[in-house]
Amino acid sequence: MRNLPRLRLIQGAGVVAVFAVALAVPALAPDPATTNIAVFTMMYIGLATAWNIMGGYTGYISLGHAGFFGFGAYALGLLLTHLKIAGGYEPFLLVPVAGLLTAVLALGIGWFALRTRAATFVIVTIAFMFMLQLLAENLVGLTGGGAGLSFPSPTWSGDFFNTPYYYAMFLLAAVGLGASWLIRNSKFGLGLLAIRDDEDKALAVGVPTGAFKLTAFVISATLVGMIGGVYGYYVTYIYPQFVVDPLIGISMVLMVFLGGLGTLSGPVLGALILEPSQLWLAYNYGASKLYLVFYAAVFLIVILLLPRGIIPSALELLERWRTRSGPAAPAPAAPSTPSTPVKAVTP
Amino acid sequence: MTLVLEAAVLGILTGGVYALMASGLTLIFGVMRIINVGHGALVVLGAYLSFAIWRALNIDPFLTLVITMPVMFGIGLVLEVVFIRPLKTDREALSVLVTYAIALGIEGLLGFFFTSNYVQLRAWYANASFPIGSFHVTYVYVYGFVLCLAILAAIFVMLYRTTFGASIRATMLNRTAAQLIGIDVDRVSAIAFGIGMATAAAGGVVFGITNAFNPGSHYDLISRLLTIIVLGGLGSLRGAIIAALVMLVSEDITSVLISPVWASFVFFVILVLVLLVRPQGLYGVRVRDRL
Repeated sequence: MRNLPRLRLIQGAGVVAVFAVALAVPALAPDPATTNIAVFTMMYIGLATAWNIMGGYTGYISLGHAGFFGFGAYALGLLLTHLKIAGGYEPFLLVPVAGLLTAVLALGIGWFALRTRAATFVIVTIAFMFMLQLLAENLVGLTGGGAGLSFPSPTWSGDFFNTPYYYAMFLLAAVGLGASWLIRNSKFGLGLLAIRDDEDKALAVGVPTGAFKLTAFVISATLVGMIGGVYGYYVTYIYPQFVVDPLIGISMVLMVFLGGLGTLSGPVLGALILEPSQLWLAYNYGASKLYLVFYAAVFLIVILLLPRGIIPSALELLERWRTRSGPAAPAPAAPSTPSTPVKAVTP
Repeated sequence: MTLVLEAAVLGILTGGVYALMASGLTLIFGVMRIINVGHGALVVLGAYLSFAIWRALNIDPFLTLVITMPVMFGIGLVLEVVFIRPLKTDREALSVLVTYAIALGIEGLLGFFFTSNYVQLRAWYANASFPIGSFHVTYVYVYGFVLCLAILAAIFVMLYRTTFGASIRATMLNRTAAQLIGIDVDRVSAIAFGIGMATAAAGGVVFGITNAFNPGSHYDLISRLLTIIVLGGLGSLRGAIIAALVMLVSEDITSVLISPVWASFVFFVILVLVLLVRPQGLYGVRVRDRL
């Protein structure tokens, strides 16, 4: 039923409405406390969407994306310092350059890490993250080491302070979503899904698995690096453990799993639910460290009760409800693009 | 030269602890095909349990193991039954997230009860040492090393000389086939997880005596342990032990020859170099995933 034109229209209208609301957030709720939450939520929408391009589509779980996040932040910070660029809007223009540098790094790391599979891949990505953290700390002459790196201060202030960062994050999230959508509807995306389901068979039927995986990895990392750059400029001061933070890496993964692995809207939904609640927990219980316990509890409940995520579970429920109440109509033709990816359960 | 030799000896002594901790981790992977990202946090939990008992009863830190090992074994059983066993589909990926969550939960609870201040277990003979040639070796390091060797030996005896060990090895080789010949793989998994936790308790004590630790120490630990088991080949006990010794010795030698800040980095460099040549690790078997 999903391929009915009317449903497509509703879907389209929904997407436009969500985008309109997202664009209007700084106008609707201008106080800095709210816009701060909005910046971080938008950041995680971007991060989760970017992670999903690799993790969701190919099934390769990277827990090291925080490394690219931190690298992007450092890349932008160092560019600004060495090019002597003052605070203002120019730093945003250099974000793509930081992204390009992250892409080069991701090409190298990906080439290496993707020689391994499954569990080993997960561990290798974690190892690379800690390597980057150590490098940021040890290359004192370049990064400032543990003393950290300062960004130039922006020229605006007051209630407007968060707004430019919000739109920068919004733009990156939109680019991520656009990329994710394009990939999802391309032959390249189909190849990635084939790799997730059975990599050896995919290779056997002619999917260039190596090149596809690496491309997805680099796209995903580049987006994360650019978001890291904007983040660095937003917080204006970074140090190794703060930007190459394993918690950032795991948060984007959790959001994707909560919303629905490999779906387009899942990461967005996951970020919308988790990031505000995480900020709330950290704000209210941050001092006692108990927020980590709450976070862990949410995490465990999500995975044990909704292992496939909200969107796939909800769609399945909807489908079941439709087939039960609707007339016994002939099954609708298969949609031209693969809809909800339901992973084949192998015994 | 003496410095290098001293570093090598120290590397072997501390390598023993890492060998024990990594064995637990690789055993769990071998039996259950899950990566227990919470292993570092559970080692830190073991260290804190020992710390609490040691502070309350004022006994030799090593003696606390009589209590902490069974307790951690029990915790392991509960964790396996409650959190790992319900994962039916996509186990490998989901288990990483679940155990990560367990690590965060433990870090949070430890932070709540013990604050983030660094603590250390201290035996009364903490500073006693004996000379080997021109340098001194501290007794606690030797005791810790001997303890780890003893437990590792016990694990090997259990694995290769008992019927239960045979069922563990059978489950590691082929879970479905083991099930077919009547092995209760769920029970084996739970007990293997428990054994892993008991070794974490022992590793925790030695770690806690030789290092100052706080609830956040688990990140550093787990990154090293994961590197070690990948280097050794996932699921290979022998590989884990050799990798632990190689890693710790090269780390300590780097610390002396180059600088302590680069010591941990060598860890990862060795991993990268070995995986370039052997993506399956030193003793790993190259298997097609998801058969």
